[in-house]
Amino acid sequence: MIYDALIAPFADYGFMRRALIACFALALGGGPIGTFLVLRRMSLMGDAMSHAILPGAAIGFLVAGLSIWSMSAGGLVAGLAVVLLAGLISRATALREDASLAGFYLISLALGVLIVSAKGSNVDLLHVLFGTILSVTDDALLLIASIATLTLVTLAVIYRPLVIECFDPAFLRATTGGGTLWHFVFLVLVVVNLVAGFQALGTLMALGLMMLPAAAARFWAGAVWSLAVLSSVLAFLSGLVGLLVSYNFDLPSGPAIVLTAGVFYVGSIMLGPRDSLRTRYFPRAHFHDQGE
Amino acid sequence: MNAVPAIGIRDLTVAYDRVPAVHHLTGAFTPGSLTAIVGPNGAGKSTLLKTIAGLLHPDEGSVALDGGPRERIAYLPQLAEIDRSFPISVLDAVSLGLWREVGLFRTITGEHVKRARAALASVGLDGFETKQVGALSAGQLQRALFARLMLQNASLILLDEPFAAVDERTSADLMGLVEGWHAEGRTVIAVLHDLERVRASFPRTLLMAREPVAWGPTEEVLTAENLRRARYISDGWSDAA
Repeated sequence: MIYDALIAPFADYGFMRRALIACFALALGGGPIGTFLVLRRMSLMGDAMSHAILPGAAIGFLVAGLSIWSMSAGGLVAGLAVVLLAGLISRATALREDASLAGFYLISLALGVLIVSAKGSNVDLLHVLFGTILSVTDDALLLIASIATLTLVTLAVIYRPLVIECFDPAFLRATTGGGTLWHFVFLVLVVVNLVAGFQALGTLMALGLMMLPAAAARFWAGAVWSLAVLSSVLAFLSGLVGLLVSYNFDLPSGPAIVLTAGVFYVGSIMLGPRDSLRTRYFPRAHFHDQGE
Repeated sequence: MNAVPAIGIRDLTVAYDRVPAVHHLTGAFTPGSLTAIVGPNGAGKSTLLKTIAGLLHPDEGSVALDGGPRERIAYLPQLAEIDRSFPISVLDAVSLGLWREVGLFRTITGEHVKRARAALASVGLDGFETKQVGALSAGQLQRALFARLMLQNASLILLDEPFAAVDERTSADLMGLVEGWHAEGRTVIAVLHDLERVRASFPRTLLMAREPVAWGPTEEVLTAENLRRARYISDGWSDAA
């Protein structure tokens, strides 16, 4: 019974195994990226960037059909272009970066929907918007795994300046003379991971597997590295539980995964040991000289 | 000390949206000097400090640094620019001062940790190593940032309102550290509002109101006439802007 519900889906079906591996790779890269997005107060910018990917993916789809490589390349170019343009505009004008990004992503999203619906069918549009984790191909797996590897290696290289830039940006600029470079490398990583995620979860929900676990982890862990590790673990668990729920109850897999992450998130808000509702409204007796 | 300027400033103008915050400033901070920068709000004090630190670029004129730019400068921003909710331990935050020695990849050795702990102890924060920065009071955070300055071991130290948000005892302790750096021959420039402290502890003062009002020995600069003139010029700028 338990075997049938929890193990058999993965043992019997290749598409479930591939979906699980895709979740694992997405969790590895997305956990740390999501953590930094939360710490840098860029959650909504991440959302904007994920929508900005759509027209690129749509053009890739128009050129080569449902090809993983052309859609990814298109999404990557569109995502990077919007990030770059938004960054340039905010530096050249009085508009702040979040506002200019929102402006570009709305244009981008509308353009993407227009392109897909003009040339493809509604089913195609659904594929791009909501992903198809149960039909992840070997090529897509390879792409997602490569992106996870690239992400972890790059993060290892830029970890120190990234942490300093979050904590005390003026110190980093005064000490190294830079700061924009690290910010941009990080934004590229965000776009690349969103491209990886949209194969599986679609452009609308790719951020879910990054953002929700990272936000949930904030209520449990108190250091950057432990936040990142916990985010990855929670993201993978969301994938695992979400896939099983979707298999056993015959529900769409993408929303099931993101909703599972959402359950972890809401549960953490209520029950986590750090600054959660529980600690606020049901505090333990206070004690003096509290050690961390 | 020889007469070579540690920082030579020539006809410096720095503007935001074409409104100058620092206007035609010329002068020099000599090596080993301890200088206070005072003036009304909006007088360009922080702007000048940021320009010396290399965070802002001159619109006109120049800032010439003796002894190679960037390498030997430590800059303490105003407390408000730091994200105090960021999850980082006090020891790690202080260890940022080792950036020039460890950079991107080099290991933080036991020797480095020992120095960081010693710096923490000398600002009165021993036992705080594993605490989160967010758990510190404003005064304790400023002490930690001074420990970071010590690790940076810079020959030019720029302090932007270092005593603005801290109590009397903390500012007295931190002032002791500043005087120690001065005694070691480092050049220290601090933006301050407390004229009593400037008169008591800073040999030299730059009084500015976007344009320089007076620059020299503190007792010659902080006269009633100069202070009145600084206010007058500052009001004139505000009306024009």
